[in-house]
Amino acid sequence: MTDAPKPLGGNGNGPKSAYFLSHADQEIERRTLAVLVDNEPGVLARVVGLFSGRGYNIDSLTVAEVDSSQHRSRITIVTQGTAHILEQIEAQLLRIVPVAEVIDITNSKTGIERELALVKVAGTGEKRVEALRIAEIFRAHVIDTTNESFIFEVTGASEKLTQFVDLMRPLGLVEVSRTGVLSIKRGKEKG
Amino acid sequence: MTTRTKAKPAAETAAPRMMTGAQIVVEALREQGVSVMFGYPGGAVLPIYDALYGQDAIRHILVRHEQGAGHAAEGYARSTGKCGVALVTSGPGATNMVTPITDALMDSIPMVVITGQVPTHLIGTDAFQECDTTGITRSCAKHNYLVTDVTQLARIMHEAFYVATSGRPGPVVVDIPKDIQFATGPYVGKEGITKPTYVPQRIPKTDAIKAAADLMTKAWRPIFYTGGGVINSGPRASEKLRELQELTGFPVTSTLMGLGAFPASHPDWLGMLGMHGSFEANNAMHDCDLMICVGARFDDRVTGRIDAFSPKSKKIHIDIDASSINKIVRVDVPVVADCAEALDALITEIKALKRKMPDLTPWRDQIDTWRARRCFTYANSAEVIKPQYAVERLYALTKDRKTYITTEVGQHQMWAAQFYHFEEPNRWMTSGGLGTMGYGLPAAVGVQAAHPEALVIDIAGEASIQMMMQELSTAVQHKLPVKVFILNNEWMGMVRQWQELLHGERYSHSYSESLPDFVMLAKALGGHGIRCDKPDELDAKILEMIDHPGPVLFDCRVERAENCLPMIPSGSAHNQMILGEITGNEVGEAGRKLV
Ligand SMILES: Cc1ncc(C[n+]2csc(CCOP(=O)(O)OP(=O)(O)O)c2C)c(N)n1
Ligand SMILES: [Mg+2]
Repeated sequence: MTDAPKPLGGNGNGPKSAYFLSHADQEIERRTLAVLVDNEPGVLARVVGLFSGRGYNIDSLTVAEVDSSQHRSRITIVTQGTAHILEQIEAQLLRIVPVAEVIDITNSKTGIERELALVKVAGTGEKRVEALRIAEIFRAHVIDTTNESFIFEVTGASEKLTQFVDLMRPLGLVEVSRTGVLSIKRGKEKG
Repeated sequence: MTTRTKAKPAAETAAPRMMTGAQIVVEALREQGVSVMFGYPGGAVLPIYDALYGQDAIRHILVRHEQGAGHAAEGYARSTGKCGVALVTSGPGATNMVTPITDALMDSIPMVVITGQVPTHLIGTDAFQECDTTGITRSCAKHNYLVTDVTQLARIMHEAFYVATSGRPGPVVVDIPKDIQFATGPYVGKEGITKPTYVPQRIPKTDAIKAAADLMTKAWRPIFYTGGGVINSGPRASEKLRELQELTGFPVTSTLMGLGAFPASHPDWLGMLGMHGSFEANNAMHDCDLMICVGARFDDRVTGRIDAFSPKSKKIHIDIDASSINKIVRVDVPVVADCAEALDALITEIKALKRKMPDLTPWRDQIDTWRARRCFTYANSAEVIKPQYAVERLYALTKDRKTYITTEVGQHQMWAAQFYHFEEPNRWMTSGGLGTMGYGLPAAVGVQAAHPEALVIDIAGEASIQMMMQELSTAVQHKLPVKVFILNNEWMGMVRQWQELLHGERYSHSYSESLPDFVMLAKALGGHGIRCDKPDELDAKILEMIDHPGPVLFDCRVERAENCLPMIPSGSAHNQMILGEITGNEVGEAGRKLV
């Protein structure tokens, strides 16, 4: 399906309604989806299995119960695909029986995305001072320290975290742990 | 479909009836209106079998292999519109069910499968006959449950029926550990059971119907492309389809799964479309200016080469499953709804428009020229039985009875679809999406259990029938007089045909060097065997089969090298059908890689 030849009507010259789904000339987009589910056994496996079974990508995934009285969990998935694939992903997710809602955070324009990273950096002398200085710029907290190491806790957009990690690399980066993206929409409304 | 009303106040105040988990299962089945189920016992379901003992509300059909129970439940469901039910044990019982569960998912058949599981405290220990049933069936069932608390069992049972039968139907698995079957818990009725996260949209949006009706009243070359969804929606959908067709006069084609929703005797019927569909149906699909897809899903067996699929048409797609829409082919007017509701709304809207519709005469004339090619013509013979002739005779001799047809998978399945004609829904049971050899006989058992008086015939191939042959013994035990009509060409004919078409006539492992003597086999299993290899004896022997009061295996020796035509080879367009002979040069490199 993905390597289908160019469509007959897909370039704007052909008949208007026969826009066949050719993916070769479509851009890959990144999308953050919030999936609200009934927190029943196996629900995460269902969601993840859908992605692996149908060959979709998962860039990051986070999950936790957010409303214990309603047994609701929120799964935030960052995925990639053509517009057509992304449309399918949403439709397929909604087919899963315990999935209550799928919110397209990226397309909502009002979405906020945050990630948290724990970053271990080891070093002494000048490098150690430089690491602290950069941490301050990124508003990272030191949550553990020894004479030769720090663990920083840093939150923000994923790109900011990646940037921070990249800057730490020459300064003695040892290990990184990231939560994956969390998201919520601005304003007073839910979802 | 399930209506989900609030629980009656009386039920809230009355103390719940306490019973064992096994009794809860049987009581829930009874309340759901299950009168027939199919199953096979084993250690992990013995308490449920004990609860079935001595009751007569539910008839249990003991199969010979769990796969048979699954396909029988499918056949039962498909021929009645009700939910099929199968009961099997843990481990191998559950894994043997994987094929029918997948089959039911692909063809959207409502089915509840109850599997036994090892006791809760042994789960995860690799206990005897333990398998991760919910893990294994997660991707092949519509939904599944592992019951870990007996107080939840009744609710889960009812919810399973709701999920299996509502929206796009499908199989639901309820995995019940043995200790839960023994434990005592409250029984709750099906009233008031809801699943707030699963409420399919049954009623179409008004603007979608308006847009569709607008296109339909302006089309010059329209076509209805209907599918299994029309059957699944219930008999009302078939009635509404006929009504809408009557109103518009549009020609109708259908997928393999949708046969019977529209009467084959109707002058506007084009026959099945797709890979082995009719020349007129495929060409009309290719050249139409408006396609109204009702409960079908643009399967690759139907569309052929996707970038050359119906290039000039606007497309309306009615489906209760939103994910089917724009999955393969982008459509102009999506209508998410139950088929019957959408068709009904279209009828009302088109009538209200009172628009003078375009004259379809040129389109009909065009269709008639395609029809005139008589694409299903074959060279008959006085010496050997042609498989097409066999199905034609079977049709002629059974069409005036209440007949149900099931099939296996292969050439015979396609010949059955081409040469057996259906006037009503629910009379045709075949494995379309998964293409499961071995489906037909157990499905026939299920159909016969639902319709004891009817004539139920499995049109089979000699290879396929051997996959679930043992179910003839089930038919004998339960006095289900199914007829198995084997088009015996000694070959896995469909495989042979593809090897001829795609692999230079190198017939690798598609010939069965040794075949059973089907007449003796029938006798050994307690049925009646008939063999026929002469065209002039065929009618008399078919009548003998029909008249025999018990199960029959009919070994119909047919032409061995016959190909199933016409055919759209993989990777070709609808207007590139092979009509006459296969030359072996039809398929390019890209097409060879397709299935
Ligand atoms: C379980 C299963 N295994 C393999 C196949 C692949 N397959 C499709 S048709 C066919 C041959 C069927 O032979 P037969 O039943 O004799 O039917 P014929 O084509 O000869 O009519 C095979 C092996 C299948 N569809 N199902
Ligand atoms: Mg054969």
